[in-house]
Amino acid sequence: MDDRSAVRMENVSKRFGSIIANDHVSMNINYGEILSVLGENGSGKTTLMNMLAGIYYPDEGYFYVNGKEVTIKSPHDAYKLGIGMIHQHFKLIDVFTAAENIILGIEGSRTYDLKEVNKRVREIAEQYGFDIDPEQKVYDMSVAQKQTLEIVKILYRGANILILDEPTAVLTPQETSRLFKILRAMRADGKAIVLITHKLNEVLELSDRVTIMRKGQYITTIPTPVATEQILTEAMVGEKVTLDIDRPMPVNPVKRLEIRNLTVYNDEQFKALDNVSFDVYGGEILGIAGISGSGQKELLEAIAGLQRIEEGGSITYYDPDGNVRELTGVSVRDIRNLGIHLSFVPEDRLGMGLVASMGMTENMMLKEYDRGRSPFVNRSASEKVADEVQKELDVVTPSLDTPVRKLSGGNVQKVLVGREIAAEPIILMTAYAVRGLDINKSYTIYNLLTEQKKKGVAVIYVGEDLDVLLALADRILVLCGGKENGVLDARSVTKEEVGRRMTNLVSEEKAS
Amino acid sequence: MRNKYEKPHDHVKEPLIHLIRRMDIQPSRAWMIRIVCVLIGLLVCALFIMSITSLNPISVYASMFSGAFGTSRRIWQTLKDMAVLLCIAIGLAPAFKLRFWNVGAEGQVLIGGLVSAALMINLGNKIPNALLLILMAVCAMVCGAIWGLIPAYFKARYKTNETLFTLMMNYVALQLVEFFVDIWDKKQSHSVGIINGDTQAGWMPSLFNQQFAPLVIIVAVLTIGMYFYLKHSKQGFEITVVGESENTARYAGISVGKVILRTMAISAAICGLAGFLEVSCVSHTISSLTAGGRGFTAIIVAWLGKFNPPAMTLITGVLSFLSRGANQIASDFNFNTYAGSILTGIILFFILASDFFINYKLVFRGKKGKEKVS
Repeated sequence: MDDRSAVRMENVSKRFGSIIANDHVSMNINYGEILSVLGENGSGKTTLMNMLAGIYYPDEGYFYVNGKEVTIKSPHDAYKLGIGMIHQHFKLIDVFTAAENIILGIEGSRTYDLKEVNKRVREIAEQYGFDIDPEQKVYDMSVAQKQTLEIVKILYRGANILILDEPTAVLTPQETSRLFKILRAMRADGKAIVLITHKLNEVLELSDRVTIMRKGQYITTIPTPVATEQILTEAMVGEKVTLDIDRPMPVNPVKRLEIRNLTVYNDEQFKALDNVSFDVYGGEILGIAGISGSGQKELLEAIAGLQRIEEGGSITYYDPDGNVRELTGVSVRDIRNLGIHLSFVPEDRLGMGLVASMGMTENMMLKEYDRGRSPFVNRSASEKVADEVQKELDVVTPSLDTPVRKLSGGNVQKVLVGREIAAEPIILMTAYAVRGLDINKSYTIYNLLTEQKKKGVAVIYVGEDLDVLLALADRILVLCGGKENGVLDARSVTKEEVGRRMTNLVSEEKAS
Repeated sequence: MRNKYEKPHDHVKEPLIHLIRRMDIQPSRAWMIRIVCVLIGLLVCALFIMSITSLNPISVYASMFSGAFGTSRRIWQTLKDMAVLLCIAIGLAPAFKLRFWNVGAEGQVLIGGLVSAALMINLGNKIPNALLLILMAVCAMVCGAIWGLIPAYFKARYKTNETLFTLMMNYVALQLVEFFVDIWDKKQSHSVGIINGDTQAGWMPSLFNQQFAPLVIIVAVLTIGMYFYLKHSKQGFEITVVGESENTARYAGISVGKVILRTMAISAAICGLAGFLEVSCVSHTISSLTAGGRGFTAIIVAWLGKFNPPAMTLITGVLSFLSRGANQIASDFNFNTYAGSILTGIILFFILASDFFINYKLVFRGKKGKEKVS
């Protein structure tokens, strides 16, 4: 056997009810190597690695770590074996410092010496080039800093096998390249690194080998030097795909929304939007770029009538008949009663856009149920809409009454987007519309949005993948820490420029 | 080469049992599990009876059955128990569906009962009986609703914890009842006694010669009404949406605070009505025992029945049968009354346990690898 072998998995399976998350997967992880595990959402890559990290227990199969068969039934067992995982959602305590988070949960003596911990953390930081202050509180940290802390935390515990679950999803291009540098340094030190991802360019840039998974099954492992985007995509999707987004020029765009000096405080009384002004036109797609939590959510919710707008801000709506209406401070229901077709696909699909325990029919009812004077709901009308959406968008569901939480992420999104489009929108707002969808379904959504644009709908698209934003949108509004940081022409601007504006305010740069 | 990574480690043993969450289960299978659990519960009860008393468990069960359904009088008694409990549970259902944990049914029933008794005492024979009855029902519902609206207002306006608030309102109601009992108590017997025993003013008239028939009919109508309200009305739809996710409700333009207030008013009004029914139709008196813990038992009913009125009817049926049956065996076999409670407890425990087995599956050590992927 290869003496570099860190982990060997044999016939590992995991089921959740009737869903098979992993179906007899066998694979190898080596020391001194970066292995990408590539697969679409729902292909089972995270579940597989969660079993290695002790989060889930496999239904069948064997794990060998350093050549010995092991049973991992908790994250503690995994730590003992030198396995650590950085999850997509960080598991840190906000009011603790970096060092306190690091030692949290370590078994051993009852007392600890924080100075000693700080020293050791600085040593690790120096060794791999981390930028971390052990005495900083977590609530003062940026997302990238929190991620760094998670990595240092598991290194501190002596991990030699590191699993990172979609680490770049929350990072800007600049932060991503910094992370990659660190990962390369760790590889040079002989650590085994597993990168769970669905982004092809990262795979090609960073890894030594690529393991591809599809629908819970192991497909193949390819050495990165011989891989191309086309080969990887086809192995991942299982069929040929064309990766083109059609982007026609907007045909005489008309102003639909005029947003001026919008300031919104979020639930934590934090200024989430700071004096933002821009216009939205019918017949074009306005992309909104920004690192997550830069005010995107509050912006869309403010337009939808779900956020309190501070004094001085205004949202003005120009309807197709040429009437002007003030939407500032108008409630969701009143917007609807005014006959303004404002559709909104929120980021939190099952927690905001849909009712998870209800079926398609009842979810179609959500925005229509109070129509008419009868005290009872009109089920048949909604059933018809549900039926149309299901047929038109190919929603895979056992029945129209199956709770939508039982559907896959892609189908959930189709139900939501389908309902919002069925309402014949004049303005269509979407937040992270393709998050969690596989490549084919993502392109279905892009095409749907472009079709709406061709119909003259004003589309607002909040996205996280800059490549897609640049290919789909006509104009891009960049948000940086709740401030508007330029409205750019998507056809001419570069990805680097957008990335830079996401983190640095243009006005401050000019000032300094 | 890479020996520095070959750390010694403990070989961890596979756990003996681990739990797997079931993602979905067919209703028929869920019912199978419930029935099996109840059967096991009956079996455990039988073992308990045999080991303690060395009686034949079959004859004990027969005695229970006769206690609940043996004569037409006993059947009506069981139906009466069922109706009052179900009325409270039907009241709780909309609040619980809203995830508003109304544990104040006890107090709402007491207040409804107290107002009814006050009207009986003060207006008895002064106004026509029909008018008195309607006035009693309306006032009981209004006062019950007020008792529920107070915590609901604070929840909707200031996000206070409704569990604690409704619970404490129970004690206020209890103290009020004891205060008025003391005022109305004429014989220094620490009780009001039967109110208007001679004139029967404010007593619900019997129907078909049955004292409890009107009670059963009123509760049956309420149950059916609540079923349609929750399942088919716009307000019922709003309750489900707000209960599932307040964010979704706001997104859909539903005013969360309004729904909380309206639903709690309905919930507590029905509980107040239960108090009226108990006083006017059943006991014809008021005491601190008028609610008798049924405000809490109704919570179990509402939960076990998943806030679905038909299922809740079934559960109250089982509970009423068990308690009537338990009383019967206590007298037939000269048991202490607690023996009956133990049997009821065992059965309830197994009904609750069935929920666990519906949600989780156990996998034993050594089974893995042998199972086929289905």
